[in-house]
Amino acid sequence: MVTRDLVIIGGGSAGMAAAVAAYDNGVKDILILERSEFLGGILNQCIHNGFGLQEFKEELTGPEFLTRFVKQVQERGIEYKLNSYVYEITEKKVVRYVSEADGAVEIQAKAIIMAAGCYERNAGAIGIPGDRPAGVITAGQAQLYLNEYGYMVGKRVFILGSGDIGLIMARRMTLEGAKVLGVAEIMPYSNGLNRNIVQCLKDYDIPLYLSHTVSKTIGKSKLEAIELSEVDENLRVIPGTAKRFEVDTLLLSIGLIPNNNLLDKIGVKQSPTRGSSVNQAMETSLDGVFSCGNVLHVHDLVDYVVDEAKTAGVSAARYLRGELNRGNKHILTQAGQGISYVVPAVIDVESAAEKVQFKFRVRRPSKEVYIVYSMDGVPFKKTYKPAIIPSEMEIASLPLSSFPKQEGCITISLEPKEAK
Amino acid sequence: MEDIIIIGGGVVGAFVARYLSRYQASILVLDKETDVGDLTSMANSAIGHSGYDPVPGTKKAHFNVLGNRMYPSVCKELDVHFDMCGSLTVALDEKQLEMLGKLQERAKENGVPAELLSAERVKEMEPNISPEVKGALLCPTAGVVNPFTLTVHAMENAVDNGAKLCLGAEVTSIDKTKEGYLVHTSKGDFAAKLVINCAGVYSDKIAAMIEKIDWSITPRKGEYYVLDHYAKGLVNHVLFPLPSEKGKGILVTMTTSGNYLVGPSSEWVDDKEDLSTDTPTLADVRRQATMMVPNIPFREQIRVFAGLRATPSTHDFIIERSKSYETFVNVAGIESPGLASSPAIGEYVADELVAPVLGLKKKENWNPCVRPYVKPMEMGLGERNLLIKKNPHFGKMICNCEKVSLGEIEDELSRSVPPHTIKALKKRCRAGFGKCQGGFCQPQVLLLLAEHYGLSPLEVLYDKEGSNILEGVSK
Repeated sequence: MVTRDLVIIGGGSAGMAAAVAAYDNGVKDILILERSEFLGGILNQCIHNGFGLQEFKEELTGPEFLTRFVKQVQERGIEYKLNSYVYEITEKKVVRYVSEADGAVEIQAKAIIMAAGCYERNAGAIGIPGDRPAGVITAGQAQLYLNEYGYMVGKRVFILGSGDIGLIMARRMTLEGAKVLGVAEIMPYSNGLNRNIVQCLKDYDIPLYLSHTVSKTIGKSKLEAIELSEVDENLRVIPGTAKRFEVDTLLLSIGLIPNNNLLDKIGVKQSPTRGSSVNQAMETSLDGVFSCGNVLHVHDLVDYVVDEAKTAGVSAARYLRGELNRGNKHILTQAGQGISYVVPAVIDVESAAEKVQFKFRVRRPSKEVYIVYSMDGVPFKKTYKPAIIPSEMEIASLPLSSFPKQEGCITISLEPKEAK
Repeated sequence: MEDIIIIGGGVVGAFVARYLSRYQASILVLDKETDVGDLTSMANSAIGHSGYDPVPGTKKAHFNVLGNRMYPSVCKELDVHFDMCGSLTVALDEKQLEMLGKLQERAKENGVPAELLSAERVKEMEPNISPEVKGALLCPTAGVVNPFTLTVHAMENAVDNGAKLCLGAEVTSIDKTKEGYLVHTSKGDFAAKLVINCAGVYSDKIAAMIEKIDWSITPRKGEYYVLDHYAKGLVNHVLFPLPSEKGKGILVTMTTSGNYLVGPSSEWVDDKEDLSTDTPTLADVRRQATMMVPNIPFREQIRVFAGLRATPSTHDFIIERSKSYETFVNVAGIESPGLASSPAIGEYVADELVAPVLGLKKKENWNPCVRPYVKPMEMGLGERNLLIKKNPHFGKMICNCEKVSLGEIEDELSRSVPPHTIKALKKRCRAGFGKCQGGFCQPQVLLLLAEHYGLSPLEVLYDKEGSNILEGVSK
């Protein structure tokens, strides 16, 4: 069996950025395994712009952004294999993949970076009542059909979920001549970036129905109509509020889920994000196995994916040099009141750098709040936020030296400005 | 003129065709859908029941027990995955525990092995069972089966042995003629000496086309959750609650694909085409299931679906010649344990009800086996590597969630009962059944179907006529 220093699962933005960072930090033996025909991952189908504002200080389309990284990978001569599907990873870091070109292959990896991205939640996962006709698909799938293959999936469209993918597709379908009758969002606030609400809905007169959901899909073979209903504060459908919309397409933009089963299956510790639990070096509970990008937790800006991937790449390089030893001193992190998750799940104090980066999201849009960092119940830092929303991930860098103790549990929570 | 027309290409019609194909006779199977096994046969609990619980002396008991005994060899011949994992009927209180004793007696009467287990033993076998468990009845011969391939491969075997299949043919009326019957369908008229009615929820409508009948079929809907194959061991058997007059109850079971099924509910419906799911019914399924297995991870839910049982007014299978004609055979009301009984029903109908009437002679060269299916994911690395070297398409993964290669899809397209729609392909090789529900692979599958059948991509159907996935070309 061949041994490789670093095997990277996934050749999207995370995988490529991690590869480049690892290479630039001394790792020359790298193999990227990508299941599709191209490098670049999901950005291949994201033809709209808005990518790269942080990373390159430019506004690029998805394909433009990924091409920058493909160039970086190629310039360094980093090896990558396309059409190569990893079907198994073992606890001993053996990676098994298949491809037309190579057959079925197993590689002993010294280090692995998991960068396999995420997938969309679908209708069946939330059990939308009614029939199950053709015409109910995820926004990403409609985007794939349109931007990659050149086909429209319908003429009269309703969208469930005001996340960015749904908003982008509302505009995209309208530009292709479809009639988008509305976007429904179960929460009382939208999940998308503000600029998308404006540029995709308001600019096209597409109504946004907050606190609404699709309560029925109707159609024997192809979708014929949906019923839109109001929901109460517990997100339950309010009977009698159903409005019927005659549509042939229901696009779903109801969430993204890390595609992490390769690691889940071998018992790698899981995080509430449904990715793996990692420390500040992006290392999972399995030595020498790192995770970054949407497979770790779903990002809203690919620039932050790249940033996280660079950390993973650098960590993998340190690991391969024997410099990343897990110490005995740990600080756990916890999502407190008002916070849905915190990455990393644990800080390995001995291998940590001067500053530790915390990434987290709030549960609800909030105004005039403090982000409170507490250690074992005692607050040690407060940051004031005039406004903060769930769809924009928060990143905070705190010096290790600012923690009251070098062991224990840090909780991040939200507190209103006027506490009492 | 055919010797035999079979109306209905579900699992019953498929097995009737399969066993009839052992005889020298021309057979035509008609089905109104775009694929065989597209209704009840693909929307059920996927269980090869042991036969312990039907009332002794009924046709249900007889054919279930017989079918269960036939399952291992039939599934081997037809290359259908059958896992004899056993079933546990779980008692959660003292009263239920008493009933288990009665069920064990019934099992004995039906000739089905059944063992009473203590609560401790059940907890050993099923770590996730409710702590309230008082005991269970283990039926080791029950198992889970792939219901999709059971129907498809049975039909494939029939067609390989000479039977013909006409899809999209809805029977509208039947005339009795001198030589037999003239069956009028949406795809034209077909004549036969003998007709076998295997039309599922519509079998009463079909039977009534040639005579007045005193029975009826009322559809009874069952709604289910499907959980992803996220891990082994949520449950290791088919778990039943105690049966009631409503039926077997809401089960929690593993499947042959490593998924878990939770369901079914049981409600009468008026519309023979109502396959909708609804929130209160599913909530009740969940409530009842969690009484047995408290920590079902509904976070892993990837699908909900509903199926219709063809429930007969007679409360038992109707497998008999019609009152008026010995050449018109009704195989109706095949609700649970229909899937488990299907091979036995097929053999009985062929050998006892049809062959003697037409004086059929057996063929000499009947082949009971389908050409084996290639399963790269079940191979060791070396074997798989050789396979891909021989045919590289087995190394090109199309469905990532269910790990289905291009080679396997091409194999399905080469078969005698090939898939014509996205759903038909899904049923056969699982492409699109996984957690992303075709999000990544459906476009590729669609284009493969279009290319194979010489269609425009716009013509490819998801399932029924009119279910075109694509509407137009991008500007």
